[in-house]
Amino acid sequence: MWDYTDKVREHFLNPRNVGEVEEPDGVSEVGSIACGDALKLTFKLDENKRIKDAKFKTFGCASAIASASALTEMIKGMTIEEAEKVTNQDIAEYLGGLPQEKMHCSVMGREALEAAIAYYKGTPEKAVDGQIVCECFGVTDREIERAIRENHLKTLEEVTNYTKAGGGCGSCHDSIQELLDRVRLEMESRPASKPRLSNIQKIRMIEETIDREIRPSLKLDGGDIALIDVIGDRVIVATRGACASCQAANMTLKHFVESKLRELVWPELVVEEESQ
Amino acid sequence: MKTIYLDNNATTRVAPEVLEVMLPYFHELYGNPSSMHSFGGQVGRDLSVAREQVAALLGASPDEIIFTSCGSESDNAAIRSALASQPGKRHIVTSRVEHPAVKALCAQLTTEGFRVTELPVDAEGRLDMDLYRKSLTPDTAIVSLMWANNETGVIFPIEKAAEFARSRGIVFHTDAVQAVGKIPIDLSKTAIDMLSISGHKLHAPKGIGVLYVRRGTRFWPFLIGGHQEKGRRGGTENTPSIIGLGKACSLAAQNMEAENTRVKQLRDKLENELRAVIPNSRVNGDRGSRLPNTSNISFEFVEGEAILLMMDQFGICASSGSACTSGSLQPSHVLRAMGVPFTMAHGSIRFSLSVYNTDEEIDFVIEKLPPIIETLRSLSPYWKAGRQAATG
Repeated sequence: MWDYTDKVREHFLNPRNVGEVEEPDGVSEVGSIACGDALKLTFKLDENKRIKDAKFKTFGCASAIASASALTEMIKGMTIEEAEKVTNQDIAEYLGGLPQEKMHCSVMGREALEAAIAYYKGTPEKAVDGQIVCECFGVTDREIERAIRENHLKTLEEVTNYTKAGGGCGSCHDSIQELLDRVRLEMESRPASKPRLSNIQKIRMIEETIDREIRPSLKLDGGDIALIDVIGDRVIVATRGACASCQAANMTLKHFVESKLRELVWPELVVEEESQ
Repeated sequence: MKTIYLDNNATTRVAPEVLEVMLPYFHELYGNPSSMHSFGGQVGRDLSVAREQVAALLGASPDEIIFTSCGSESDNAAIRSALASQPGKRHIVTSRVEHPAVKALCAQLTTEGFRVTELPVDAEGRLDMDLYRKSLTPDTAIVSLMWANNETGVIFPIEKAAEFARSRGIVFHTDAVQAVGKIPIDLSKTAIDMLSISGHKLHAPKGIGVLYVRRGTRFWPFLIGGHQEKGRRGGTENTPSIIGLGKACSLAAQNMEAENTRVKQLRDKLENELRAVIPNSRVNGDRGSRLPNTSNISFEFVEGEAILLMMDQFGICASSGSACTSGSLQPSHVLRAMGVPFTMAHGSIRFSLSVYNTDEEIDFVIEKLPPIIETLRSLSPYWKAGRQAATG
């Protein structure tokens, strides 16, 4: 049995705003009966362009019904600009949380809201946004990537919980894992808050990182590394001692040094060995 | 709130008579049946009585009964034994609608180099016997087919299937976890080589199972250890549960008639009245060959978990084959194998009765369920379209 919060149960048993708004400004239908849940959302704006009324119809489980009920309560009184900022986490939080396996219900709510806003704005409906990764549930790479970024998903299981992708035949698991690895790498190496560095700062940080994080490891294998120059994002280094004659030296440089420098200094650094 | 328990294919209550005979083996008769002293020895003798009781329900001899920890262990032991004892054979025949204990094991075996044929079923959940016969090859080590389906109650023609396997010299195993105690079984008249039972499906406790192994069938132990069960299953016997299972089997034999008359009537009443009152509903599975206690009903355009939770408000316990309850994101593999349309599969509810259910309980469900379906349909964006399609 699912561990639903009291608020989820309450919204499931006494759903708010069931039905369809007459002469709606925004309409959307997401999900499908094949997938096991679907949501039809309608809303109407008042003269100040705030959402005056919002209603839903849901086919789905308790958390799908509760998520839709919560969504309609949340967006009433909002401007379109405010409603655009509602995320799936906001819906889940409003309900006091959802079981991990049910997070896709909150994602469906957010998708319905976006689609209804797009309808209002007259944005042409895109046929399919991105490439279908999961055939069973018709989930695209864009949708998966977005869920990973917005919810900081780390595992295949989490991706399935949030998007349903991979929850059917399982033949797309490798593709999802590849996508997950790529997006995670980008997220980890490009923290949004990282400030642009001046060249002097960059060189100083690279030197520090080599001294503190890289050289000690290389010395364990009898090797050493020296910083020769920094040209833009190119980091020119020379390897010494055991590293210089080692067949694996190139691999060491590429994978170890570069990943450390990207992680700790600047995500676009490229390490090159000094030409002899 | 009173609990109305209509989920007996999931598990059953331990019968009061069963609990009563078990209790002394926890605190008075706690000896180890393998011990040399008479304190343990008397427990050993009581275990043989239980073994006889189990054998009697199945039409088997006591030495063909191996006690295990559960139905899943019995299934694993049967299939692994058949493969280990016939190292040259690499092919397994089973069906698409098996319990995960067989289905997941077979999936695992394909990664170990075995070939698995999963036989399809038709829209009523029936096996195509011609296809079955054609699927058997000289390389086939074992056939494993369930006797009765846990979700729909559909009964496979297991005796016929076993006879055919024997004529081809192939070991035949059946997962009879749902069938034993609900329909009469006489193994002395069949060609079944191995059969699995789970205690908690027939009013014995959880944690006890049986694997029947016909005399003369080569058997390789699954759990290696002491000499218990004549060296066929290591591990100190779960004495209270074995005693309890023996009693449960005797009770099941006594209740067999009630199961097939009174319980069946209750099930039919529930099914017929719900279908009469609730439009766009249907029964899943072959009504001509079904367990007497099981009813799998689909209510179109609503979702099973929501139905279960609303019934839970009234203390009514059942199961669903919908995606949200199947533990995956797709409806049950059984309903999908039968090709039940998605509009129906997501709204499937399984009621499974026992001899403990009463007329009043069934009436209560017949009263409470229709408004629940109506409420959920009023929320469903698909419902209007469905009703129009049905009436127009």
